[in-house]
Amino acid sequence: MREADININRVDWVVVSIYFALVFIGWFNIYAAVFDSQYPKAIFDLSINSGQQLVRMAAAVVIIILIMVADHRFFENLSLYIYIAFMLLLLATPFFGKLVNGQRAWFEFGPIQVQPGEFAKFATALALAKVMERPTFDLSKKNYQLIAFGVLLLPIALILLQPDTGTAMVYFAFLIMFYREGLPAWYYILGLGMVTVTLLALAIENNLYLAAAILAITGILIFLGKRTWQRALAFSLIGLGLIAYSYSIDFVVSKLPDHQQNRIMVLFNPDIDPLGVGWNVTQSKIAIGSGGLLGKGYLEGTQTKFDFVPEQHTDFIFCTLGEEFGWVGSLVVIGLFAALLYRLVLMAERQKTRFSRIYGYCVISILMFHFMINIAMTIGLFPVVGIPLPFFSYGGSSLWSFTILLFIFVKLDASRASQLGRLN
Amino acid sequence: MNDQRPVVIIIFIFLVSAVLLTKLFMIQVVDDSFLKKAERNAIQRVVDHPYRGLVYDRNGKLMVYNNPIFDLMVVPKEFKVGDTTRFCQIFGITKEQLIEAYTAAKNYSRVKPSPLIKQVSTTNFARIQDYLIDYPGVFIMTRSVRSYPLPIASHALGYIGEISSGQLDRDSAKYYKQGDYVGLSGIERYYENDLRGVKGVKYKMVNVRGVDKGPFKDGEYDTASVAGKNITSTIDMDLQLYGEMLMNGKTGSVVAIEPKTGEILAMISAPFYDPNVLTGAEFSKNYRKLNGEVSKPLFNRPIMATYPPGSIFKIVQSLIGLETGILKPETTFACNRSLVACHNHPSPSNLFGAIRNSCNPYYHQAFRQIINREISSNTFKDTEIGLNEWRDRVLKFGLGGSLGVDMPNEKGGSIPSSKLYDRVYGSGRWKYSTIYSLSIGQGEMLVTPLQMANLAAIFANKGYYYTPHLIKAIEGDPSQIPANYRVKNEVGINPMHFDLIQDAMAEALYGTANRAVLKDIVIAGKTGTAQNPHGEDHSVFIAFAPKEDPKIAIAVYVENAGWGGRAAASTASLMIEKYLKGEISRPALQDYVLAGNFIY
Repeated sequence: MREADININRVDWVVVSIYFALVFIGWFNIYAAVFDSQYPKAIFDLSINSGQQLVRMAAAVVIIILIMVADHRFFENLSLYIYIAFMLLLLATPFFGKLVNGQRAWFEFGPIQVQPGEFAKFATALALAKVMERPTFDLSKKNYQLIAFGVLLLPIALILLQPDTGTAMVYFAFLIMFYREGLPAWYYILGLGMVTVTLLALAIENNLYLAAAILAITGILIFLGKRTWQRALAFSLIGLGLIAYSYSIDFVVSKLPDHQQNRIMVLFNPDIDPLGVGWNVTQSKIAIGSGGLLGKGYLEGTQTKFDFVPEQHTDFIFCTLGEEFGWVGSLVVIGLFAALLYRLVLMAERQKTRFSRIYGYCVISILMFHFMINIAMTIGLFPVVGIPLPFFSYGGSSLWSFTILLFIFVKLDASRASQLGRLN
Repeated sequence: MNDQRPVVIIIFIFLVSAVLLTKLFMIQVVDDSFLKKAERNAIQRVVDHPYRGLVYDRNGKLMVYNNPIFDLMVVPKEFKVGDTTRFCQIFGITKEQLIEAYTAAKNYSRVKPSPLIKQVSTTNFARIQDYLIDYPGVFIMTRSVRSYPLPIASHALGYIGEISSGQLDRDSAKYYKQGDYVGLSGIERYYENDLRGVKGVKYKMVNVRGVDKGPFKDGEYDTASVAGKNITSTIDMDLQLYGEMLMNGKTGSVVAIEPKTGEILAMISAPFYDPNVLTGAEFSKNYRKLNGEVSKPLFNRPIMATYPPGSIFKIVQSLIGLETGILKPETTFACNRSLVACHNHPSPSNLFGAIRNSCNPYYHQAFRQIINREISSNTFKDTEIGLNEWRDRVLKFGLGGSLGVDMPNEKGGSIPSSKLYDRVYGSGRWKYSTIYSLSIGQGEMLVTPLQMANLAAIFANKGYYYTPHLIKAIEGDPSQIPANYRVKNEVGINPMHFDLIQDAMAEALYGTANRAVLKDIVIAGKTGTAQNPHGEDHSVFIAFAPKEDPKIAIAVYVENAGWGGRAAASTASLMIEKYLKGEISRPALQDYVLAGNFIY
């Protein structure tokens, strides 16, 4: 063991502090979410979720210590084995997992339930970092792109077998890391274009308007640029392709399972069925919106307390915060997340090895995606996707997987002095 | 090239945070509609309906009380029936009834409660309670309905029912809400503000399934309901019950008043209905049924039916004649039947004899002198002046306008003024020969049975009356009754003139209504016949007794029973005996009245 491996002074205490701040704020909110003023129980009571979560938090601390004392090369060297192990686990999940809400996403070991899809994130992150660390790896080249996307799409495909669309979607967060590592920008422009067209196609009743708009923009672009026939042809084909795509959206949506269709439609009009599919979003917005500037006070929330918001201690935990601490509370938590992500970018950029940097951006990608999508869905900016708010939501798998994900990077960062400078 | 990408990512992080915080600011701080929605969600405003005041009779016997009834309510969204057969067995309904009620409830609202089984009996309620826990989405709601120990005095008591949209609009204080019950007639309506009490409001928190989660802010905004005031009525239940027994099967009215106070002892409108049918869930159905009946049981005859007063009015004429000095006790007129028809009696008669024998020509001639006093040389003008002066005197007897009894929709009858004849015949084109029917209480003259009873009270009191009323005390306190019922109304006749009248009325009983004579109590009475162009005349009788110290004044109308001496006088006499002695000494007379079926 190298002397520098447990150099406490090199641990980034800013990140560690923010982590604990978020975990504890989350814990207090979990207590608020389950608090019943008629039968008040202590926050430590093991019969309620907050007590349970405390146990999980203690376990998380053990995990942190284990990661911190481990050799930093352990993760790098074993990354591919960890990846393969988790892929095998994911492969087994659809067959041996516990059936919950039509999904087999969970393994049950006695009282402990584990969601392999959550843990596979850090495994995939490690694998991507490992695969992409070679100096020759260049994401602007086709064959490297294939390798990177291959590593990424495998867990996605396996998780879709469960089928757990929400968790699978999270893996696309690695596109943020790909961006940093040089995936050509036009991928993103095209992707954003597709997303825009998709949203517009869903939002606009009559696709004819959209088609007309695409034609007009294509025409203007052809007219403004160099007027060669090749370019005109290429633009025309792209334009026509987009029009065809927009028309195919409605068809595709109609083929989706009903609950996913509803989630999409509710995004555009939560009032279509406030007691049915719109319930979650409507109630979530009511809970958060009723918080006002300063909130109703801790444990004084009515909406979250009286079960108006489903899943309020897990995916909709932000509602409790919004209702009881108001906009100021939201500002603090969003501020903490932004600060954490900002700090992580700075940390990632100071790494000496590509492995550490890529892994760092994987952490950023996953946290960013969860943070953005989870809060956006509670306030009706995004369709309801069953993904937790990192460090906040109730549940062991979620807390532990984010802890492992984050602290491997903290460990890598703390040991950066002992790493060989392989950055280029 | 990649150097700017971390910056792009950092910008992205802060951009996303800014978007989220902006949206949060919009819904949390700018838009306050969510706060209202949250309150609508979790804070339930529960109106605490107060206990409606009870009604007692003058002797403290209970007349109206509240009976709790239990409705089994259902919230369709949460309702899980499981085994339908078992459910029907437990709750004692058929499967069809269940399906029908459930469908209706679902059509009304999936989340709001609707009645599944209305009016569960108390015994069933106790049994059902244990099973309620097995069925989510059903619960018992308690209401109370008005109940009546004896099915009497329905018209005087009135009934309560759901408030109409018109009443809601007129409710400027905004006290009532849709679906509230409110007094719709009788005492229930007149004393609504006393009986209803004050509604309380509780704000309680409920969870998403509507389960009570305790008071909002520890009940800081709650107000307690105040129970309605109990009312003591002037009605004597025994007398009322007896009167209704006598009037059963007949059409007409009985009004008995305590002359010294104006308190109404009994008020009967026949045919009557059981007040219990206009309560609870069957209200509308039963109301429609009663409303459709030819005999009009809902019509409150004592205050709404008007008849010509007939011969009884001769007493008023006599008093006006005496007061104006036109008549003296010794004034005589011949019974000249060429003027107006009469019956066989000694002629000529003095005033006493005229009352005793109810001589029509006497009053024809006396009234001419009251009307035509040659104030104007123009006969037409003279008649007009005379009529209007006479009318002013008549109005003082509480005629020609409603008395102000404490019941809604009281009619006032009418006493004609010159304007009426001007309108009909033209100004200056009518004279005494046009209006002489008024002399004997016929013609363009209408009074209600209540006004007739009040006349009897005036004769008993020798010249004054208290406005008849049904209220004796509020919350046991007699001073809380409306002040106008404690004001003595003088009729403007010197009390000494009543001695002759009272004597004549006592005598008259032997002349025209000897059936009504009581051995040991002197009754003063007067028969009348209200002419009925549609068939047999209505039998009318007024009386008071005992003559020396009157305790009861009564007016009885029996429709289509012919001459007043028969049905009406007998009924009045029996009522007087019942009230003064508490028992009936003349079963034969009672049988005679009971046997009489005057409805045709």
